[in-house]
Amino acid sequence: MYKSLADAIRDAEARGISLSELALETESKDQGRTVADIRNALQRALDVMRGAVAQGMVGDLYSASGLVGGDAAKLRLGPAGPLAGTPFRDILARALAVQEVNAAMGVIVAAPTAGGAGVLPAVLTGLAEARHIGDDALVSALAVAGLIGAVIAERASLSGAEGGCQAETGAAAAMAAGAATEMLGGTPSQVGHATALAMQGTLGLVCDPLGGLVELPCVFRNATGSAIALTGIELAMAGVEFKIPVDEVIDVMGEIGKSMDVRYRETAGGGLAATPTGRRLAKERLVQIKRS
Amino acid sequence: MVSLLDIIGPVMVGPSSSHTAGACRIGLLARGLVGGTPEKAKLELHGSFARTGEGHGTDKALVGGLMGFRPDDERLRTALEIAEKEGLDYRFEKTTLDENAHPNTVRLTVERGDRHAVMTGSSLGAGRVLVTDIDGYPVEFTGNSHTIVLVAEDVRGSIARIAQLIADEGLNIATLRLTRKERGGDAFMVVEIDESPGESLRDQIRALPWVRWAFRLDKVSA
Repeated sequence: MYKSLADAIRDAEARGISLSELALETESKDQGRTVADIRNALQRALDVMRGAVAQGMVGDLYSASGLVGGDAAKLRLGPAGPLAGTPFRDILARALAVQEVNAAMGVIVAAPTAGGAGVLPAVLTGLAEARHIGDDALVSALAVAGLIGAVIAERASLSGAEGGCQAETGAAAAMAAGAATEMLGGTPSQVGHATALAMQGTLGLVCDPLGGLVELPCVFRNATGSAIALTGIELAMAGVEFKIPVDEVIDVMGEIGKSMDVRYRETAGGGLAATPTGRRLAKERLVQIKRS
Repeated sequence: MVSLLDIIGPVMVGPSSSHTAGACRIGLLARGLVGGTPEKAKLELHGSFARTGEGHGTDKALVGGLMGFRPDDERLRTALEIAEKEGLDYRFEKTTLDENAHPNTVRLTVERGDRHAVMTGSSLGAGRVLVTDIDGYPVEFTGNSHTIVLVAEDVRGSIARIAQLIADEGLNIATLRLTRKERGGDAFMVVEIDESPGESLRDQIRALPWVRWAFRLDKVSA
């Protein structure tokens, strides 16, 4: 797979093909699988993503600790806010839904990780539904997301323990922004700007889950990550260009991750996990798990 | 080389690729060492597995793996109840293994019939796992390929004989590693194979007079 998004964008534009076509062709060569076979695997991922959205929207799932659950249903059924009736609100609900399913040991697609698994399904299926976009385009969008994720894995990291939350929900937001931009008709160059615009908004984001559990704030970080992805998409589709090249934004995300104190890398030693309430809740709820 | 499908995947039961999917894969590999669901299992959790394992369902995922459930199997959620019904007698302990052990490490002692095995495995992140020790032999394999593990007396030509059996089956060896605790002592062999080996290969290897035991571990990655 490509190690530079700039190279991929250049090749796609030179050949007059989309980034998804380029990504599928490259994966096919790398792995010795047919494009049809890869698309089938991505379709299965898409089906699981949709299933998780539907399951989480019901609102009857809670994590073992009871720290998270039921909030996706609040967005679906609860009082209207300023975004009521918009795809934006629906996407926030979908992101919470998938992460609530994840926290309750339901089936999800780790894309790129389990902790960041809500963003891609929320942004892609939410926008596809709002714009009546079919599965073929969604599967192609997942290929673009995979390409962007592969570049991030190569140049930076996709692990909260290595790079903080910017490497999980931040990477997910960047992947979703780029993927949706192609799905909505953006050029490869616009895909690059959407990716960079989303990622710049999550630089420095720490991984600070209460008690080390993939629950709080992870569920909510998937909602805010989706909002940041939408920002990247909206700006790039409007023709906004980010002046720092996308590969450099990815590189600096990796550098920030490396220099991040270990307290902010999934150890529950800092950030929200280390607040007085964060410590108290983790202690209470972990005790509760042992008793149940 | 990073694959697009590693990024968009795996499909798994939550909440954590390292603490849940990886733990399940370690359980699956330990199951392979006794050829089926063990009757008895001791699971010693180290590091982060010990600290946050219960909240991440690491216990359920390990026991589910021992029963042959894969990382995307929803039965993982109720694996402990199922184990009790199926008569898998499991016990968890928190321990500190080697100081240098990966933070997500577990040592499993499993028994089934007259088979007994001790395996140490680590979950490296994103669902990737590494087995580092079997019955006191230092090993290193990932379960990303189909794997045959065997213990043989230290006889000349043993590697050539095993390699020939594998070639005769039309299979391709990806890696082959041999370790032994002392000169002239038993040899521990780990063979990773590209294609899925059939039961017949395992049976032919077992039939060799100098092979003490051999097991086939199915690939655990997607």
